[in-house]
Amino acid sequence: MIPASFDYESPKTLNEALSLLAAHDDAKLLAGGHSLLPAMKLRLANPPLLIDLGRIGGLDYIRDAGDTISIGALTTHGTVASSRLLLASSPLLAQAAGNIGDIQVRNRGTIGGSLAQAHPSADYPAAVLALDARIVTASQSGERVIPAREFFTGMFTSALRPDEIITEIRVPKTTGAGTVYKKFAHPASGYAVVGVAVVVRGSNAKIDEVAVGITGVGEIAYRATAVEAALRGKPASAIAEAARHAADKVEALGDNYASAEYRRHLAQVYTRRALQEALAAKRK
Amino acid sequence: MASNGKSNGKAKSNGQWVGKRFKRKEDPRLVRGISHYTDDIKLPNLAHCVFVRSPHAHARILSINADAARSHPGVRAVVTSADLEGLGMIPCAMQMPDLKVPPHPALAKGHVRYVGEPVAAVVAEDPYTARDAAEMVAVEYEPLPVVLDMEKALEKDSALIYQDFGSNKAFTHSMKSGDINAALKKADRVVKVRLLNQRVAPTAMEPRAIVAEYLPGENRLTIWASTQIPHLLKTQVAIMVGLPETAVRVIAPEVGGGFGSKLNVYAEDGVVPWLAMKLGRPVKWTETRRESLLVTIHGRDTINHLELALKKDGTILGLRAKVLADMGAYHQLLTPLIPQLTALMLPGCYKIPAFDCEIIGVFTNKMSTDAYRGAGRPEAAYDIERIMDCAARELNLDAARFRSKNFPQPREFPFTTAAGLTYDSANYQQSLKRALQLAGYDKLRARQKAGWKQGKYYGVGVSTYVEICAIGPSAATPAGGWESGTVRIEPTGKVTVLTGASPHGQGQETTFAQLVADQFGISPEDITVIHGDTLAVPYGIGTFGSRGTAVGGTAIYYAVQKLKTKIAALAAHLLGAKAADIVIAHGRVGVKGNPKKSMSWGEVILAAYTARSIPAGFEPGMEATHFFEPSNFTFPFGTHICAVEVDAETGETKIEKYVAVDDCGNVINPLLVDGQVQGGIAQGLSQAMYEEMVYNEDGQPVTGSLMDYAVPKAIHIPEFILDRTVTPTPVNPMGVKGVGEAGTIASTPCVVNAVCDALAPLGITNIDMPLKPERVWRAIAAAQAAVPPPAATTKSSARTARRSA
Repeated sequence: MIPASFDYESPKTLNEALSLLAAHDDAKLLAGGHSLLPAMKLRLANPPLLIDLGRIGGLDYIRDAGDTISIGALTTHGTVASSRLLLASSPLLAQAAGNIGDIQVRNRGTIGGSLAQAHPSADYPAAVLALDARIVTASQSGERVIPAREFFTGMFTSALRPDEIITEIRVPKTTGAGTVYKKFAHPASGYAVVGVAVVVRGSNAKIDEVAVGITGVGEIAYRATAVEAALRGKPASAIAEAARHAADKVEALGDNYASAEYRRHLAQVYTRRALQEALAAKRK
Repeated sequence: MASNGKSNGKAKSNGQWVGKRFKRKEDPRLVRGISHYTDDIKLPNLAHCVFVRSPHAHARILSINADAARSHPGVRAVVTSADLEGLGMIPCAMQMPDLKVPPHPALAKGHVRYVGEPVAAVVAEDPYTARDAAEMVAVEYEPLPVVLDMEKALEKDSALIYQDFGSNKAFTHSMKSGDINAALKKADRVVKVRLLNQRVAPTAMEPRAIVAEYLPGENRLTIWASTQIPHLLKTQVAIMVGLPETAVRVIAPEVGGGFGSKLNVYAEDGVVPWLAMKLGRPVKWTETRRESLLVTIHGRDTINHLELALKKDGTILGLRAKVLADMGAYHQLLTPLIPQLTALMLPGCYKIPAFDCEIIGVFTNKMSTDAYRGAGRPEAAYDIERIMDCAARELNLDAARFRSKNFPQPREFPFTTAAGLTYDSANYQQSLKRALQLAGYDKLRARQKAGWKQGKYYGVGVSTYVEICAIGPSAATPAGGWESGTVRIEPTGKVTVLTGASPHGQGQETTFAQLVADQFGISPEDITVIHGDTLAVPYGIGTFGSRGTAVGGTAIYYAVQKLKTKIAALAAHLLGAKAADIVIAHGRVGVKGNPKKSMSWGEVILAAYTARSIPAGFEPGMEATHFFEPSNFTFPFGTHICAVEVDAETGETKIEKYVAVDDCGNVINPLLVDGQVQGGIAQGLSQAMYEEMVYNEDGQPVTGSLMDYAVPKAIHIPEFILDRTVTPTPVNPMGVKGVGEAGTIASTPCVVNAVCDALAPLGITNIDMPLKPERVWRAIAAAQAAVPPPAATTKSSARTARRSA
């Protein structure tokens, strides 16, 4: 657990960080470090420069912005999980955050850091997909707003350009909807073997709108569009059949702990249960 | 915690401190982080060592080129086996007639035989430079066929790890009593099961670490090491590096857990002191977590074939066992001993007229196995408690009543078992009864029956265990089974206790202080327990095998008695009374029946040092040492019961209730006993549910980090309902038995029994550990494909499951 040598910078402003990043192609950003530092200790990652974003002020916030809620990229998972604003108006993100790792990880890890890592089994991706969140980035050439559905491009890869830093996540308010994040956690890593994030509007008689984001099953988190299509306008009794499409057209991952076949099976069961719970939660 | 057991031995000590839930004296410094572990030791001119390790499970070393590493700035030395002149082999303490002991050099010589085997050592000014340079050491390997599967390893055409031995068999050991063939023939039913006890990693919170400093002028080698056995390590390192034992001092500073993994002498324990001597400067090595998972010993790893011969009414007629035990590639200190303990404890707490056990030790291309919490006894308890459950089911008997039927009665103790051990004392019936009460057993069974009708899979697991502790009589141990204790009352009346045991989390700084405080009528705060420094403490054996209190504590108890005799003689002289009438209590030394005649504790002790008025022949000072040799082991026992619900759709198991009734004899500190039981259950439960050291088909460890190897976290552990019965042992005067491993031994079969019980309606008799949800799901799917479920959970899931079977 002894990393290779690296340089370290701790800019005080976003602009400083952006210019450092622009000047150093192979630099890595430190924003919590719970994925990066273990990789460095095992020398799986050997970045010559670490740019620590932790000293930049003003990126740790959760704000009401009308129809949406804006979350600063350096907001920790712990803060997201316990945010009264989120819990009252858009609880899914908080539900997902409360499932990340353990207390220590939640107190250090940040939402921007986690999204940038694009881990195939991270919890946030399922939630931001189901919420149709937007990810705001900054670079020296300006700001970009990336829809969540365009953000994750592959295992550990995203639409984030090498010179960009995530600054904010915007999630819509989900007032009136039922939301649930349901997770089967790996007992060692705490990552999702399967994580299902669900937003449902409507009633048992008729589901008006539904969004299902799934993480852990494939190389990237995805929207279970086949499940959504099978449910829109249908009664709750259609859930069991619809959920069977949770892993359609997904090339599932398999490892020593959970095979691809089992992950697909879990995706179906957890999707069904999440949808049923979300609808029940909505009725309360 | 109610202790409602009936005492069938000596009276309980009911002193002011013994028996109290007294908070640990160790904790204030530990929880504030102001104490010192080995890695905290900083010495002037300290150099740092990193090992180059084999990436192959089995290979020939063709060449090693360390030129680039040697010339790297900041590097002080790079050594390979060719350089290690004068360094002896890594020791194995076991001696058995047909035991194959392969040469075990500290750095690989010619061959590597497991992934992680040390090949070279790099010393540099800092650990980063050493690590950088380690990557520059170029080793050319020729891979050889890998031997991993024990059953295949014993086949005639298997590749061999040691050509000279002619096979991969390390030893065969058998144990017999009664006529097993007659028992099997006479039986109404012979129940058979094949059980896997998977390889697990001990995973102490503090990895191994060693600092060595050699002062040539004084000819003194000082070693700070995270060890459970400072004295044995001192002896072994002296032999390895070729110094007289008097020149070596071992200090075990704070030790952050061991669980048996630090009851050993490792390659690094030889190489680091050797380097310190060669380089003339202190050298430190601290294990990384990855190294800890790969190259610190592993536990368990056995394949067990069991047959239980029974009468229809549930009477056991005989037990036959064939056990394959994975040694790994080399023997560490006690590797071949561990399965012998399994053989000894296989009969469990049952009357078994005929017993036949064969154990075969097998070499494979993996890290060595050795003692891990329970060391051989968890394997035995798992075997016997699992087959007892299988048998109860086959005979359609209640799992609890079937066990009870085969228990020896309390009046039958001391009880000689089928394996030839003499169990000291027990009341298995009482422990079982209490556990059944606490669990609400009948209600759990009723709910289970009702649940099955609704497609709910509730299970109840019972485990009535017995273990072997207080290791042990010297005749039965490889390195002496006694322990030393020294008690020194200083001139001010404060007491220093020196123990040869080496507590590393067990809390004996507290319990030993309690025991001495009561004997002397003083406060535990006035007593300091010193351990783990071979220059301060008389030779001792160490802490393992739940021996610290039962053997080490007893040595102190006897040393205290010697001092009480001495205090009585001195006080009788000073007070003009008979020694027999002297009473030592409440900080005073007085005369029975004469309240006016007394002195304070301090006055009497000071008088022993000023020595102006002492009786004729009285030795000044106040210090006594006792080396205690136990006459037998002790045999703690108990009953654990757990209730689970298995989600048949996903294979997930929820432990809903866990009850443990343990009997470790008299209890010095219930708080610490509870802690030992809780930690023990957590580790045993974790083997049942989560932990597994996995190697792939090339012998590469797959679970080489804590992201893959599942050590349990708080969320994985249910609440425990704990109680005790108290059956003191006659083996030592305090009647204490030991409790460090009980939870680990009892809980593993308890959990697996519960899950298999839950799935009984599906005809599932066994699922191998760990009970990973996928494994359980597949077993359910296969069973459902064979037999339709009593009531499908949902149509879609049943279809899915069948399809996947």
